[in-house]
Amino acid sequence: MSARIVFTNARLIDPESGYDTHGGLLVADGQIADFGPAFASAQLESCDQIDCGGKALAPGLIDMRVFTGEPGSEHRETLQSASDAAAAGGVTTIVVMPKTQPVIDEPSLVDFLKRRAAATACVRVMPTAALTRHLAGETMTEIGLLREAGALAFTDADTTIANTRVLRRALAYAANFDVLVIGHAEDPDLSFGAAVTEGEFATRLGLPAAPAMAETMIVERDIRLVELTGVRYHFGQISTRASLEAVANAKSRGLPITCGVSAHHLALNELDIGAYQTFRKVKPPLRSEADRAAMVEGVAQGIIDVVVSSHDPQAADTKRLPFGQAAFGGVGLETLLPAVLALYHDGQMSLPRALHTVTSAPAKLLGLGGGRLARGAPADLVLLDPDRPWVVDSHQLRSRARNTPFDGRRLQGLAEMTFVNGNKVFDRRRAD
Amino acid sequence: MNAERPSLSSRHLLGAEQLSVAEIEALLDCAEGYVALNRSTDKKGAVLKGLTLINLFFEASTRTQSSFELAGKRLGADVLNMAVRTSSVSKGETLLDTATTLNAMQPDILIVRHQDSGAAELLSHKLDCCVVNAGDGAHEHPTQALLDALTIRRHCGGFEGLVVAICGDVLHSRVARSNIHLLSKLGARVRIIAPRTLLPADAERFGIEICSDMREGLAGADIVMMLRLQLERMEGAFVPSTREYFRFFGLDRQKLGYAKPGALVMHPGPMNRGVEIDSDIADDVAVSLIQEQVEMGVAIRMAVLDALANGLKRYRGNAA
Repeated sequence: MSARIVFTNARLIDPESGYDTHGGLLVADGQIADFGPAFASAQLESCDQIDCGGKALAPGLIDMRVFTGEPGSEHRETLQSASDAAAAGGVTTIVVMPKTQPVIDEPSLVDFLKRRAAATACVRVMPTAALTRHLAGETMTEIGLLREAGALAFTDADTTIANTRVLRRALAYAANFDVLVIGHAEDPDLSFGAAVTEGEFATRLGLPAAPAMAETMIVERDIRLVELTGVRYHFGQISTRASLEAVANAKSRGLPITCGVSAHHLALNELDIGAYQTFRKVKPPLRSEADRAAMVEGVAQGIIDVVVSSHDPQAADTKRLPFGQAAFGGVGLETLLPAVLALYHDGQMSLPRALHTVTSAPAKLLGLGGGRLARGAPADLVLLDPDRPWVVDSHQLRSRARNTPFDGRRLQGLAEMTFVNGNKVFDRRRAD
Repeated sequence: MNAERPSLSSRHLLGAEQLSVAEIEALLDCAEGYVALNRSTDKKGAVLKGLTLINLFFEASTRTQSSFELAGKRLGADVLNMAVRTSSVSKGETLLDTATTLNAMQPDILIVRHQDSGAAELLSHKLDCCVVNAGDGAHEHPTQALLDALTIRRHCGGFEGLVVAICGDVLHSRVARSNIHLLSKLGARVRIIAPRTLLPADAERFGIEICSDMREGLAGADIVMMLRLQLERMEGAFVPSTREYFRFFGLDRQKLGYAKPGALVMHPGPMNRGVEIDSDIADDVAVSLIQEQVEMGVAIRMAVLDALANGLKRYRGNAA
């Protein structure tokens, strides 16, 4: 049983309701017991007192798209190292992708992940399970049993199921159980061997490239299959204006479709690859500036529901290669918060609305209790300084891997303290 | 040799894109001197005396490798040839492992050819020596463009307004990219001609003309530069067959007739006779500059090595 804590002198942010008020918050038994202006300078008996110094107290972030190396590639990242990185980034829940060795496609493996997380991770770890066995896109997994074991959603991670017959049946079957399916949109044949987005920049670098349309074609295909099957469907990440328009259209037709965007597709474009910087080789690849700007617009308009890190740790030896051979992926747990805050700093959204995309919005999609300031909600909290400037240094990251696409970038906003279930899991004053 | 030695603003030669017009002209002028030297009986120079040059070729290339080797030797360098191919990669050694090993041998100039775009750039960040890109993937092959420019200048006098048609597999061609950058800078009008499957995306953004028809593309061309079509890209992958490719995009006497009278033909080699070029054209010394390109290759590489050795003095702060 955790102690009672009272946070005083805080800027309280509830992203769900837009609540943004000076006050305080009381935590008891791992839950938010009460909050409001009345607690702004409360002195309570038998309570740990934390003076927030006017900084923002908000629900901890929920990152819907995190790859770790556990089980099977622990040299890249363990649940423990990922959770340490998450805590430092103000992320209190990570939804982990089933692309591990072995692939999470068996109920016992979901159970394994939950046990490993309970034993080693300081933030909440929510497993997802594969939609098809071995992520091979051929036969569906035991969706019902996996859900009973605790799989939060079903996804083939960063692979697209090419066979529409298989996908149609898997989606229809998933709809039975009202589970969320998370899709990846990149036509596997059209993007075969590609390292970057087709266009002038790729031509200049002489790199194998796929047209941005390879994404939209799958987005449009999957929308039709959702129409056919009625499944709740979420595009893990979109990255082009054409995809955004397709999703907006599907939503306007009332289809149960949502989508996310990664922090790096919001912040970076293909030109940031510069002279073959492999840390910026991600999947899908970075897009044109017009597409990047469309992503910001899509989040601001609410067409894009959530922002994710797409945290994908890669060992140095797979990144220190010529661009075409280098691994895809970038770590992002510690840069998700400032990437989202950039939307607020740029005047695109209010602070509560910006945080909504990484708190209450994913909580609602996934049916989680967190992501909001409410009495009885879990005390998963982040005390954050939205303005504090810092320069990303890959060597300072907590993640076991160093491959951040934001290396050397100037960002604004940092988590000062992070709490999960009322327990402090990160304190920057001690960490720095 | 000549009084004025060329110099480059960069320590490395990674691409034609980074070269300035002044640098290109200095290299071409210097190479003219080496053409004369190479034709004389005493070919030995000494500007690279004491320096070690390593040829690191991950892709086989008789022509380019021997050209660099000869250039280095004629200027007095110690030359080491390393044919790495893919064997070390299959043993798990990465490009950087190989490079780090070589670095420990204290080379002064590393010539690198690699199948991946950006490989030379990557090495230049990790090594102490000068790096010369002898072809990286579909990115650049700057010394090829320089030798092409030297060949053209010797025949046409200059580049202003000259129409150069580059024909064939532009999509996968580093030679095309380097020539587009270099010849455009020098004032030539560059045109590319290829079936649409072999045209790179957004090529028009490079300020060049684009055609998918030889008759239209060759009209008014002073220089016709043919590119090699890799065999694995025929047979239905990018074009349906060799014979169809030759019919529509191979250079024969008839298609050469669409170009300006007296137009000259170039090819970076090695040629696929009967695929992209008819032997009748390739072997016609009245129109083909192909053999001369090889000769100019040695001279331009001597000029490049000269410039880099000249630069080494600056970086190392001693009088070489």
